[in-house]
Amino acid sequence: MNSIRLRVNGEERLVEVDGPESLLHTLRERLGLPGSKNACEQGECGSCTVLLDGEPVCSCLVMAADADGADVLTVEGLAGPDRALHPVQQALHDNGAVQCGFCTPGVVMSAVHLLAANPRPSGIEVREALAGNLCRCTGYGAIVRALAAPPADLAEGAS
Amino acid sequence: MLVLRPRSLDEALDALEAHPGATPLAGGTDLMVQVNYQGRRPEVVVALRRVPELQAMDARFIGAGVTWSRLTAASWPGLAQAARTVGSPQIRTMGTLGGNLGTASPAGDGLPFLAAVEAQVEVASRAGGTRRLAWDEFLVGPKRNSLRPSELILGVRLPAGLPEQQHFAKVGARNAMVIAIASACLVRSTDGGIRIALGSVGPTPLRAPRAEAMISAERRPSPAAAAEFGRLVAEEVRPIDDHRSTAAYRRHAAGVVARRLLERALA
Repeated sequence: MNSIRLRVNGEERLVEVDGPESLLHTLRERLGLPGSKNACEQGECGSCTVLLDGEPVCSCLVMAADADGADVLTVEGLAGPDRALHPVQQALHDNGAVQCGFCTPGVVMSAVHLLAANPRPSGIEVREALAGNLCRCTGYGAIVRALAAPPADLAEGAS
Repeated sequence: MLVLRPRSLDEALDALEAHPGATPLAGGTDLMVQVNYQGRRPEVVVALRRVPELQAMDARFIGAGVTWSRLTAASWPGLAQAARTVGSPQIRTMGTLGGNLGTASPAGDGLPFLAAVEAQVEVASRAGGTRRLAWDEFLVGPKRNSLRPSELILGVRLPAGLPEQQHFAKVGARNAMVIAIASACLVRSTDGGIRIALGSVGPTPLRAPRAEAMISAERRPSPAAAAEFGRLVAEEVRPIDDHRSTAAYRRHAAGVVARRLLERALA
């Protein structure tokens, strides 16, 4: 076992990880954060997307032992202290852009990253930013509508 | 599993010297698939993300640890275009050019550029010092390179005065998240000399010397010459059948991509 230190959703965590286990495994099975979903385990589907030091990654492809010292933001870290949804979550909710919901945490994390850099993305830019997030319900139309050219409050809330 | 996280090139070379069979880890986008699917359990991992020397990039050198995400903004159009087609934003955050060389897959998206511009691969070990290998001395077969035990890929050395015109294209089942069925990088110098390298259509990236010689001799290539260029490229590739494509389709796609890149360069 290797002991690693992570800052997860703003909180310092010290955790023992086994061999080459993925950051996704560490988050879900050791840190009690099952929001990031486990599906393809090969970086194809994006359902395990988290922000690692502010950049989107497939946490299934990050060796936890190599994430020592990193800042990790998962979907659990987005809602406000009063459990108010993050503006990206609210926008998806308001636009009916959630069907079965399995891909949603990954979509949300990719969108949070996109909007932080580009508060007024075009539909094409949203599609490119979400190219690594598969929706098995094929609900892309509503997702893109929810995120493209967002209202001002959405852009301001993206961080 | 022993994991070493060197913070300098010296520390990285020491780590590899002390553990000759160690598994180097860059972005992990290839290695972790083997961990997740094939039960790969490395005994010693040397994690390279914290080595600043591998992050270096200037006009003539690209460090092995430079990510695809950074390369999408690089000043070499042939490489920047290729970087944009690598995986997804998530994969581009982690995956590196050095990883393409370490994995040595014929489908590595950055490799046709290296072959087209005749880059050298720089490697080093504590005991053996630094070696510079031509791209085709380094990439010797499918998933095979000539890296020695304890050797580390430092990066890629580019020749001076690269052709300004550089174009990359890739054929896959969709635009995003695909491993190439065929890919190509074409460069054209101001004197009209053209070089083309193709990916996923042979055991390593391939050049097409007969097609290059034919088209480089044309002062103003006609549509017929462009078609002949594509035909020759299709003849020169050495594709195989696999789960992604038939060899016949790869051969066809290589010819089409070659002709289209040529048309782009001439436009």
